[in-house]
Amino acid sequence: MSEHTITFEIDGVEVRASHGQTVMVAADVAGIYIPRLCAFDGLPPYGSCRVCTVKINGRFQSACTQPVAEGIIVENETEELLEFRRNIIDMLFVEGNHFCMFCEKSGNCELQALAYRFGIAAPKYPYMFPADRNVDASHKDIFIDHNRCILCARCVRASRDLDGKNVFQFVGRGPGKRIAVNAQAKLVDTNIDVSDKAVEVCPVGAILKKHVGFTIPIGQRKYDHEPIGADIEANKQ
Amino acid sequence: MAKPKIATTSLAGCFGCHMSILDIDERILQLVELIDFDKSPINDIKEFTGECLVGIVEGGCANEENVRVLQDFRKHCKILVSLGDCAINGGLPAMRNTISLKECLDEAYLNGPSVHNPSGRIPNDPEIPLLLDKVYPCHEVVKVDYYLPGCPPTADTIWQTLVALLSDKPIDLPYELVKYD
Repeated sequence: MSEHTITFEIDGVEVRASHGQTVMVAADVAGIYIPRLCAFDGLPPYGSCRVCTVKINGRFQSACTQPVAEGIIVENETEELLEFRRNIIDMLFVEGNHFCMFCEKSGNCELQALAYRFGIAAPKYPYMFPADRNVDASHKDIFIDHNRCILCARCVRASRDLDGKNVFQFVGRGPGKRIAVNAQAKLVDTNIDVSDKAVEVCPVGAILKKHVGFTIPIGQRKYDHEPIGADIEANKQ
Repeated sequence: MAKPKIATTSLAGCFGCHMSILDIDERILQLVELIDFDKSPINDIKEFTGECLVGIVEGGCANEENVRVLQDFRKHCKILVSLGDCAINGGLPAMRNTISLKECLDEAYLNGPSVHNPSGRIPNDPEIPLLLDKVYPCHEVVKVDYYLPGCPPTADTIWQTLVALLSDKPIDLPYELVKYD
């Protein structure tokens, strides 16, 4: 880590950072957790989910894309921002078909973990139960369940930037936007492999490996005992 | 002073949440010291005998009877609790929400691979509650006061909630007790 040359403030706590770091990375190092869904270590920032929205000098910015600057005042855990983030999670839950009770990702799912962290017992919006989401189980080792996709683009970026394959891309616009595979037909027609990073990075149960479902018993999964972000908060000095 | 009353019901649920209520084990002895059960499958009382402090509802609304029972609960219970994922988001029964009702019935009674139905009729007896177009979470039908997610919620979740409600304290459940599975 290069020497700290920038000093700024998150919720009144002084944070030191290097030139070129984003607010999120600097906060992580300082042990301050800023909730996130589309941001992922090792992938270029994308800024689409808006869960990491903070207020910088009074203006809304996504912490994953905003570079640090000397003397900026960042608000993170304010009632206003917590409600804003809670609403995004609520909307994501009603927008898709998220059936946690039988999802293989349950307990390791970042969307679910954020809902736990925010104390959401039930979404405040009406469920949409979209009927146009299908499952692509054509590949022998991997499947895509569009019911659970939150359009974070982690798989798009991981396939392009880490795997060098470009297996995934968005098609459609607005509410019709969805993940598609770079092939004439199905996932099986792409050059994706089960060891690809694109399979690992999905925060929800949309892209999953076959043959390994429910291997971790309840009580030993990632978010069973510790809320998401607890690992980052453990860095706090 | 008369003991407060609790009513419970299972709408479009699997009774798993009621099993979880019974999982409070010997604490049920403490519970009956504190409360009486009114309408509930636990004592098999079919109709409300009066006003209840707490109504616990498992399952969402899949048919007109579920809606009537739920409205009856709202009318008779001061505090209404949605117990479990089915009451909160429809749960497994809500998997049919992405398929039209006609398609569901056709598959179940006409086209399914294991269907034997020479009459070719879909059951339509007036005794059978009419299915709704889709499965509704309870809070989209009546006002719900508290939500206990889980499939099922653990006995500790249910116990701590009941203790808080009966002692008029805020419900403050630890992280481990609020889960969606």
